[in-house]
Amino acid sequence: MKRIIANGQILDRGQLVKRDILIENGRVAKIAEDISTDGVDEVIDAKGNFVSAGLIDVHVHYRQPGQEQKETVKTGSLAAAHGGFTTVCAMPNVTPAPDSVNNMEALIKLNHTDGAVHIKQYAAITTNRGGDELVDFKALKDAGAFAFSNDGNGIQKSSTMYEAMQQAAKLDMAIVEHVQDDALTYGGVLNGGAAKRLGMKEMPWVSETAQVARDVILAEATGVHYHVCHASSKHTVNVIRAAKQAGINVTAEVSPHHLLLSDANIKEDNAMYKMNPPLRGEDDRQALIEGLLDGTIDMIATDHAPHTKADKDQSIATAAFGITGSETAFSMLYTRFVKTGRFTLAQLVNWLTKQPASVFKMRGAGSLAVGQPADIAIFDLKHEHEIKESDYLSKGKNSPFTGEAVYGDTVMTLVDGDIAYKRS
Amino acid sequence: MMQITKPVSFENVVSMEDLSAEDVLSFIHEAQDFKAGKQIELKRPVYAANLFFESSTRTHTSFEMAERKLGLQVVNFDPSNSSLSKGESMSDTVKTFQAIGVDLVAIRDKKNEYYKDLIADPNVHVGIANGGDGSGQHPSQSLLDMMTIYEEFGHFEGLKVAIVGDLTHSRVARSNMEVLTMLGAHVYFGGPKKWYTEEFAKYGEWMPIDDLVEEMDVMMFLRVQHERIADDENGAFSAEKYHAQYGLTAERESRMPQHSIIMHPAPVNRGVEIADELVECDKSRIFEQMHNGVFVRMAIMTSMLRNRDLIKEEY
Repeated sequence: MKRIIANGQILDRGQLVKRDILIENGRVAKIAEDISTDGVDEVIDAKGNFVSAGLIDVHVHYRQPGQEQKETVKTGSLAAAHGGFTTVCAMPNVTPAPDSVNNMEALIKLNHTDGAVHIKQYAAITTNRGGDELVDFKALKDAGAFAFSNDGNGIQKSSTMYEAMQQAAKLDMAIVEHVQDDALTYGGVLNGGAAKRLGMKEMPWVSETAQVARDVILAEATGVHYHVCHASSKHTVNVIRAAKQAGINVTAEVSPHHLLLSDANIKEDNAMYKMNPPLRGEDDRQALIEGLLDGTIDMIATDHAPHTKADKDQSIATAAFGITGSETAFSMLYTRFVKTGRFTLAQLVNWLTKQPASVFKMRGAGSLAVGQPADIAIFDLKHEHEIKESDYLSKGKNSPFTGEAVYGDTVMTLVDGDIAYKRS
Repeated sequence: MMQITKPVSFENVVSMEDLSAEDVLSFIHEAQDFKAGKQIELKRPVYAANLFFESSTRTHTSFEMAERKLGLQVVNFDPSNSSLSKGESMSDTVKTFQAIGVDLVAIRDKKNEYYKDLIADPNVHVGIANGGDGSGQHPSQSLLDMMTIYEEFGHFEGLKVAIVGDLTHSRVARSNMEVLTMLGAHVYFGGPKKWYTEEFAKYGEWMPIDDLVEEMDVMMFLRVQHERIADDENGAFSAEKYHAQYGLTAERESRMPQHSIIMHPAPVNRGVEIADELVECDKSRIFEQMHNGVFVRMAIMTSMLRNRDLIKEEY
């Protein structure tokens, strides 16, 4: 099968240039200004739209098995393709958790058969993603684990984290941590300012930063690659910056919603603004942006967390934590940060492609280059469109960005040269 | 910061509406380079004229200073002694300057969008920098305001900026609210509510001055035109009353966040928009704005020099 993506604009040393892309046997065979369509099976006219390397998201939640009413591998990965993502890394909070070789193998098989995009699978750090009984790291790595995480839960006991890091370091695997000291959350749901305003319990920033501080020290001691999930507080950024300066092998991600929103956006008791960690202050938001710009934060990852209407259609006090992200990330970030000149297009794409690929040593993902798999996303940067609930392919409709007018709608997504999403 | 922006090149610089967010940032970065000592060398002597059909000492002098700093030869023009008084059209005046060898002109005129006919005229080749057209555009003022904000905060996205005062008569208000919104800032308005018409409501909400001072990153005041207000149905204009109701008093200034700044396009009516003693206070950037105006105008002229391939070297 030979395809050509014609008349696209690709990023070349930071500038958009017109290029045609020839795809052969699922890989990029040629990139040139004009490629002859002789003997080609299909010509995709990109019509001057932006042709990007397919995006990578190292943090998504597909609820299968266990909570298929919220999301399945199929719907979640279709949502990813809709957002221009071609590689995603699925967190282990499903039931049963991938804490054994059997569970892991079953999940990898499901990801493979049902996935519309490439899905890499995290393994749990401890049995059932709780307690202190470590999984068999070697066996899970051999079974195909991408990295280790207990996402949704922090590891409370220092010695458990220390031993997990020792094991992972030996195997050259990353520990990807949802940082949360449970005792310091005090059962809170919102950042200070919003909590006070709405009369809710506060989840203080120390619950995140204190654990990051512990973990970077343990990472220094063990030499493990330690990755911080969804940084939310300026204090966390400071700790990571200092740890990097000290030569500790720490990396970090930030979510689109922590870049786009602060707790000042929470005007009323609306659970679309409830996530963990919570939206923090404007100064925190600015520190996260600065952290990305100066390299303290390595990448953007969505923390796509689909929930049912019933789970979110309640007070912030009781609703489920989390919002979806796959289908809104690129267009929201492009509109708010690139259109306004805060980021360049090259920077934004870098944080969503090359950076996660290089930090997690993913082969064959994150770059648009000859010889690489044809994982490609085409975005319309010129026309405004409205984010509509009816366009979501995810089962989760829980996004605070529904109704926003944005640029950067996905026109088409190709995975291994085949069309995984096409705008109708 | 690893922002990469390309050097700006424009045939004419007449309206903020022609500029993308990236263009605005490129102008700011170039102006910052000039402020830091950047110089250019020209391929040949280049001549500029400042055709101020409507007088404005500040803008005129600032353009002239910018031109001289770039090494341009400035040709004098006095509208009161020119053939304009003999009925010559603006177009003919511009063509005359072009014919005698002028390369770039800065123009100010009472007529809105006077530049449209000039740009459309195939016989006009001089570069036109708009120094203000009627109640329309004033790109160099808008860019110097943006530069001053950018120098302070390093970004626009998420900033809260209030524009306070005589909104309806101000071209600064209009171009700044559009540009700030494009750059991702949140715009608010203050001052007499009767001036807050629908065209402003599209860009941001009106808030009482006492609330604005506590929340804004930037308080941008506009000059109150006495004559316009004195004609109001409420009778004579009272500076004291305006100041008490809408102005920046020392008490209000004391409630502003530590990091926030005060701006004003000047000239300031001391004791009306801003209390006399605050014009040069720590938060005030009013004279910095004028200082930046020269560098922004250097960047504007440079973009037109670059467009005409008249620059030999930049260093």
